[in-house]
Amino acid sequence: MTKTSVGAVETKYFTFATPPEEFILESKERLSPVVLAYETYGTLNPDKSNAILILHALSGDAHAAGYYKDEEKPGWWDNMIGPGRAFDTEKYFVICSNILGGCRGSTGPSSINPKTNKPYALDFPVISIGDMVAAQKALIDYLGIDKLLTVVGGSMGGMQALAWLVKYSDRIRSAIPIACALKHSPQQIAFDEVGRQAIMADPDWKSGNYYGGKPPDKGLAVARMLGHITYMSDISMAEKFGRQKKNNIQPFKFTADFEVEGYLHYRGDNFVKRFDANSYLYITKAMDNFDASKDKPLHEVLSGKPLKVLVIAFKSDWLYPVYQSKEIVKVCKHAGIGASFCEVDSTYGHDAFLLETEEETHLISHFLKSVSQKRGKT
Amino acid sequence: MKENEIIKSDHKAILDMVEQNSSVLDLGCGGGELLELLTLRKNVRGQGIEIDEQAIYRCVARGLSVLHGDIDTGLSEYKDKAFDYIILNQSLQQLKHVETVLFDALRVGKKVIVGFPNFAYYRARLRLFFRGRVPVTASLPYTWYETPNLHFLSTLDFLDYCREKKIKVERKVYIAGENRIFLLPNFFANIGIFLISK
Repeated sequence: MTKTSVGAVETKYFTFATPPEEFILESKERLSPVVLAYETYGTLNPDKSNAILILHALSGDAHAAGYYKDEEKPGWWDNMIGPGRAFDTEKYFVICSNILGGCRGSTGPSSINPKTNKPYALDFPVISIGDMVAAQKALIDYLGIDKLLTVVGGSMGGMQALAWLVKYSDRIRSAIPIACALKHSPQQIAFDEVGRQAIMADPDWKSGNYYGGKPPDKGLAVARMLGHITYMSDISMAEKFGRQKKNNIQPFKFTADFEVEGYLHYRGDNFVKRFDANSYLYITKAMDNFDASKDKPLHEVLSGKPLKVLVIAFKSDWLYPVYQSKEIVKVCKHAGIGASFCEVDSTYGHDAFLLETEEETHLISHFLKSVSQKRGKT
Repeated sequence: MKENEIIKSDHKAILDMVEQNSSVLDLGCGGGELLELLTLRKNVRGQGIEIDEQAIYRCVARGLSVLHGDIDTGLSEYKDKAFDYIILNQSLQQLKHVETVLFDALRVGKKVIVGFPNFAYYRARLRLFFRGRVPVTASLPYTWYETPNLHFLSTLDFLDYCREKKIKVERKVYIAGENRIFLLPNFFANIGIFLISK
């Protein structure tokens, strides 16, 4: 089978909770209206049983696959989505939406607050991973889908998949949490906090009220640089950069002499062009606050349910270490639900979930096939 | 799987021991051949655990639920009697902590099926007695320096153990190659398969 791209795609927008209706958050605060940017690939079958929801990570967006007009760079998980790929668009209807609180077309702190006609900034309510998922559920309702074949994502996307299991396990047939955790460890919270402090220490942040002026690019870039260190591994960094120095070394002290320094600067500078600093604050806080067993132990929620779960972890991932994925497996064992788990031998660190597509394709395509068939049997 | 495909004799013996529509946990399930067979023929709800990453990919390709992990760390996360059967086929002799795993299996499973190579098989005895060499046989195919086996036992050793630990032996099947062995099994069988319970 030839594996190809889905080709040209466009982002769509779904607006709900329009006044007088309101979207009630877990904090009991309200938002109205709410917009979600989303894309779909493939075709929904007549009985609407082939829909897959892709959940993006911290810096992702709705553009998971294909190409925008006049752009050369495909969506962030393009090598996994398309005809013949893991999420085969010949078979499945694939949906990806930008999260609530994001800055890529969905309602977030940079959106206009209808009450003031100015960007929300820090007036935007605190959001949770559960709220992101509740907004996605509204989109699924709107698309007329009763049960998703699967919900799948890596990193924060995996945490959203877990939140689907917590909140709406009757609306999904399976879940694929990749390189994620039931809850953040103190180490993960610590990294997020340093990222947030970098943003808030930037004088351009101005307590979040920088819209219309100069945004806190320096702070956000530092947050992103820190993030990138945690996404790689010692080995992958050594392989990629070694101790190579850049060619055009400036005759100053403390310039970015090493390749790795140049790389981090490049990543940081690029990130600020497409990401909103306040969104970064809200989203990382939502991740830190997430706990899949907060209200009720997850194994009790899932006990005896006809669900299948595929957990994928990567050996060199030290941001979301393998033991955290094994905690998810433990929940599945305790709940007595059919689960598969693979610890992929990768040296890419946390980034592996975007790079180890061969292993992921094998695991996911067969898993989806068995979930589809299981439905045929019962 | 095709109907006419040759089924390994140990798999066939295990297939005969497992009831229709039961739940099975296969510890050290390898590439999932047995678990797939049980799913197709006996409609079991199957779950495998396997330590080898490549074997995990083969299991997933068969549509099986399989967990990548070390069974030597135990089954503590499973509830009592969570499965109708726990299978330890050709994995018991490779465990570091045989007793821990076996007793955990007897807790988590209503019944346990154990299959292992018989060290007292006559060819093994002959090789040791006449040639003075450690046995290398069809069921014990490894040389001393590459064997994954940590424990060497005969079928009588296992039955002694069960008696001592008050483990009930419900069924015994002895195999040599394709054949079932009924006469002097500890001498003529190279594989023993036992259905046990607590």
